[in-house]
Amino acid sequence: MADEEDDIILSALSDDELVLQMHDDLYDGLKDEITEGVNILLERGWTPYDVLTKALVEGMRIVGIDFRDGILFVPEVLLAANAMKAGMFILRPLLAETGAPKQGKMVIGTVKGDIHDIGKNLVGMMMEGAGFDVVDLGINNPVENYLEAIEKEDADILGMSALLTTTMPYMKVVIDEMTAKGIRENYVVLVGGAPLNEEFGKAIGADAYCRDAAVAVETAKEFMEHRKHNQTA
Amino acid sequence: MTNALSRLLETRDWIMADGATGTNLFAMGLEAGEPPELWNVDYPDRIRALHQGFVDAGSDLILTNSFGGTRYRLKLHNHQDRAFELNRCAAELAREIADKANRPVIVAGSVGPTGEIFEPVGTLSIADAIIAFEEQIKGLMEGGADVIWAETISSEEEITAIAQACANLDAPLCATLSFDTAGRTMMGVTSTGYAGLQQSLPSLPVAFGANCGTGAPDLLRTVLGLTETSPDAVIIAKSNAGIPKYVDGVIEYDGTPELMAEYARLARDAGARIIGGCCGTKPEHLVAMRAAMETHVPIARPALEKIRSRIGDFSSQDDGTGDQSAAPKRERRGRRRA
Repeated sequence: MADEEDDIILSALSDDELVLQMHDDLYDGLKDEITEGVNILLERGWTPYDVLTKALVEGMRIVGIDFRDGILFVPEVLLAANAMKAGMFILRPLLAETGAPKQGKMVIGTVKGDIHDIGKNLVGMMMEGAGFDVVDLGINNPVENYLEAIEKEDADILGMSALLTTTMPYMKVVIDEMTAKGIRENYVVLVGGAPLNEEFGKAIGADAYCRDAAVAVETAKEFMEHRKHNQTA
Repeated sequence: MTNALSRLLETRDWIMADGATGTNLFAMGLEAGEPPELWNVDYPDRIRALHQGFVDAGSDLILTNSFGGTRYRLKLHNHQDRAFELNRCAAELAREIADKANRPVIVAGSVGPTGEIFEPVGTLSIADAIIAFEEQIKGLMEGGADVIWAETISSEEEITAIAQACANLDAPLCATLSFDTAGRTMMGVTSTGYAGLQQSLPSLPVAFGANCGTGAPDLLRTVLGLTETSPDAVIIAKSNAGIPKYVDGVIEYDGTPELMAEYARLARDAGARIIGGCCGTKPEHLVAMRAAMETHVPIARPALEKIRSRIGDFSSQDDGTGDQSAAPKRERRGRRRA
């Protein structure tokens, strides 16, 4: 373990050491260091996809675990997500150019009548941190907003959030409408928000209730594996 | 400096606060997404009825209908310029009902979170927050609030900004945080951490404690942490009436009046002096709580096992205050910044 006074020169580290250092820097929310690390790896000939998955996604996975376990809290996760975003800012155009494989696409929004967005934003950031494309519809979304967006964006996952006991039943309105239109099975529907629980998620016909942003990411990954498996089978 | 609340506390061992504002207003026809604060002007009789229901059920202290009354919350409905007016009306309505009662009833001006995240993680500066809270608090005090009542706060910055606004305006403060994330607030504050923090707030609270969160067992565990750290302080317990359950298309809080009565007794044993309910707490719950507190003679501080056996299990293993050495330590590679 290095002395805390030591100034680490990122460009002097080997690839393996640099990647580990970037995990720590994400954990500490160090934006400039993440930008520098991403650029160094790219200069060394890494593909944008490898930089994304091995440095950023893996680093955010560790952040997610400690958030889930009550070791990190919202402020630390937001700082980490900001650092990750700085890295994504460089990588996003390169990923598109190189046709890198995609994790999946999520449309997310807080339901009609509900104007709370801290939890929803966290989920969006952590999903981006896990390599997903995220389309954020913001707050107060009627059913039409969700249906239009999942079709237009060709989404894999629909995420709905509610903080109020009075707005959470609206999630069922959206799911019922998807069923009525015969498109329910085309999407994975994840729901979350402080007053929700697993029982509620089941009762309204969602695929899963996600307790927090870290669980949302794990759940989304599992469902995407099923989807890919089913599509190739 | 004395105020109506501190004077009442001198004559009473305990004070019963009120129940839920939001969930009861929804039962009266408030639409999801509609700001409740508008009803202070549009349907004042419904707000009077809400307060009257609590006073009739035995509440000694009622909260104004102004939880989302900062300009930051009102802005989401494009009513940011009505902050002062809506808060003044909120306090006037509660004052009117309190003054009609045949016993002292305290009017506490509710101040909720802005919903913004503070710098450096978020965008709201402490200075801007103080300005917004001053605007709300001026309205509440002009409308006749006895004390300011900050509730459901999760961040140290936000409670500090509210306390500073109170100090600037000479308004007495009560302040409860919501400990809903594995025993801590969303932003990571512990019960014992808060008991320490409140001593250095720009306005020393008349009373402080916990509200909302994840059910009565967790809230009592938090109260135990607060009273252990600050045995001489006036501690507030305002728990939800159970947890929300989805039954036949409607959300109901599952806490019965009997459960809330038991919670009130345990809260007294734990050392809380201002006891009320949060989400899901109706007048019928308060009636049972009042009866329980009037006959209960406080006994020893309850052990966690007693709380669990009387009113149900905790939502997380511990309250986040203890030795965290059991938590896995991340092997650090060293830091490049002091």
